[in-house]
Amino acid sequence: MNRTIKALLYPYVVWIAMMIVVPFFLIFFYSITQSRPDSPAIFRFTLQHYREFFKTENINILSKSVILAVETTILCLVLGYPAAWIISKTNVNIQNMILLLFILPMWINMLLRTYAWQVILSRTGLLYTDTAVVIGMVYNFIPFMVLPIYTAITKIDKSLIEAANDLGASSKEAFLKVVFPLSMPGVITGIVMVFLPAVSSFAIPRLLGGGQYVLIGNLIEKQFYLLNNWNFGSAVSVILMILILISMRFMRKSGEISGRGGAILW
Amino acid sequence: MVKGLKIQHKIYLGLMFLFLYAPIFVLVLYSFNASEAMGRWTGFTLKWYRELFRSDVIKNAFYYTIICAIISTIVSTVFGTVAAIGIYYHKKRVQDYVLNVNYLPVINPDIVTAVSLMLLYISVGIQRGFTTMVLAHIMFSTPYVILSVLPRLQAMDPHLIDAAQDLGATQLQAVRKVIIPEIMPGIIAGMLIAFTMSIDDFVISYFNTSGGVTNLSIEIFNMAKRRIRPTVNALATLMVAVIVMFVFIINRIGSKKKMEYRLKEDEK
Repeated sequence: MNRTIKALLYPYVVWIAMMIVVPFFLIFFYSITQSRPDSPAIFRFTLQHYREFFKTENINILSKSVILAVETTILCLVLGYPAAWIISKTNVNIQNMILLLFILPMWINMLLRTYAWQVILSRTGLLYTDTAVVIGMVYNFIPFMVLPIYTAITKIDKSLIEAANDLGASSKEAFLKVVFPLSMPGVITGIVMVFLPAVSSFAIPRLLGGGQYVLIGNLIEKQFYLLNNWNFGSAVSVILMILILISMRFMRKSGEISGRGGAILW
Repeated sequence: MVKGLKIQHKIYLGLMFLFLYAPIFVLVLYSFNASEAMGRWTGFTLKWYRELFRSDVIKNAFYYTIICAIISTIVSTVFGTVAAIGIYYHKKRVQDYVLNVNYLPVINPDIVTAVSLMLLYISVGIQRGFTTMVLAHIMFSTPYVILSVLPRLQAMDPHLIDAAQDLGATQLQAVRKVIIPEIMPGIIAGMLIAFTMSIDDFVISYFNTSGGVTNLSIEIFNMAKRRIRPTVNALATLMVAVIVMFVFIINRIGSKKKMEYRLKEDEK
């Protein structure tokens, strides 16, 4: 049966071929070609864009992006884990209310939230520093850390903790040996969901780091908006993609990854 | 307020909320400040709001944001639902292929998705503008609709559709009258995700529009890039007000529904 129902998929297959697969390969294509400035239709294959990326200044940009993203992720974890744990211990009646209060700022436009920090930091003299960028990223992405951890903690079978207590574990031991290990899937999801937007962000570094501040996202943006060097921009995009694939593979080993964003919020 | 928590836990949560809400409070406060210089309170004014409402740029951006969100939400919800039903009835191997491609925009950084679409438009020779922005929004929202509808389909009793057909329904009737109502919560969740993602999108729109077509995110970015202006604060305050109202209404409807269910239970 079901030939008609199966056919419902075909328009979407055509659509994703056009809008996802072709653009995906276009990036690769642009990253390994160079066209003549006078006639874009004539091009040759080259690896010069990748070679250019491995110049020191670009490598410095990449390592700075990674370092700031790692710092952001660690801060989100250190600040967010206790918050998730405390929320999970609150009275059920107000738990939803507290969660809502946590999610609410996320519904405000990300650029407005970043702009708010521009205002605050300009008064403390921290604006246009690395610290400002990290603060902005932690502020924007910390709910991505808290929510999956919270979900993982609430899924833990309460009787396991009771059993640990009955067997003589102090509440600290029960936390370290039962709760924390069982919340690892949430931690892993949180790490991925914070690291991913943090390493590729370009609006936050632009607004809080200033016009001269370049992270890998800004490097890509500059190629497409300022310098019209799409080929080099594509090569940087490919490298960013590979970086993210590697880090996801690395994380996936230790836990399952659920989809980014929305799903958890609704 | 928070019963059963130790005092240090309450303090921690309090500090967390201070961190989350202080910036928003500052935004709102300075939207009413007479002086343009942020950080010094020189008196109450509404002039930034007047300036905001007079600005054609903001009006334009607002209009494009809303229209784009409405179109892309409707299209991606219908498209995603139809595709999810199609996926569900295919073999595992086909499912895996489609879902893997479907995941690409979900896991790829926004900026890479944005750049790849920009390259597509440039290569095909399409002038970037409102249409390309809407197409881009449909492209990145539909996967989320599929991901929220598919689990509902998988949780559905597979015999339902057989039963409908045994009772004389055609396949499409079975879809419309049996499957769709069954997966409605997934469709609505997907729709909400699509709408909020479209309203909130900055990066993908930024790369895939031109020629005076912008949205609010792009305008805020452009304004914040140049100079801190209290008009941005006024805009932020209005957006915060809308969101708070929205949440309030949803909560009211929610608690009303809860009451109704409770009353029904009591009647039984």
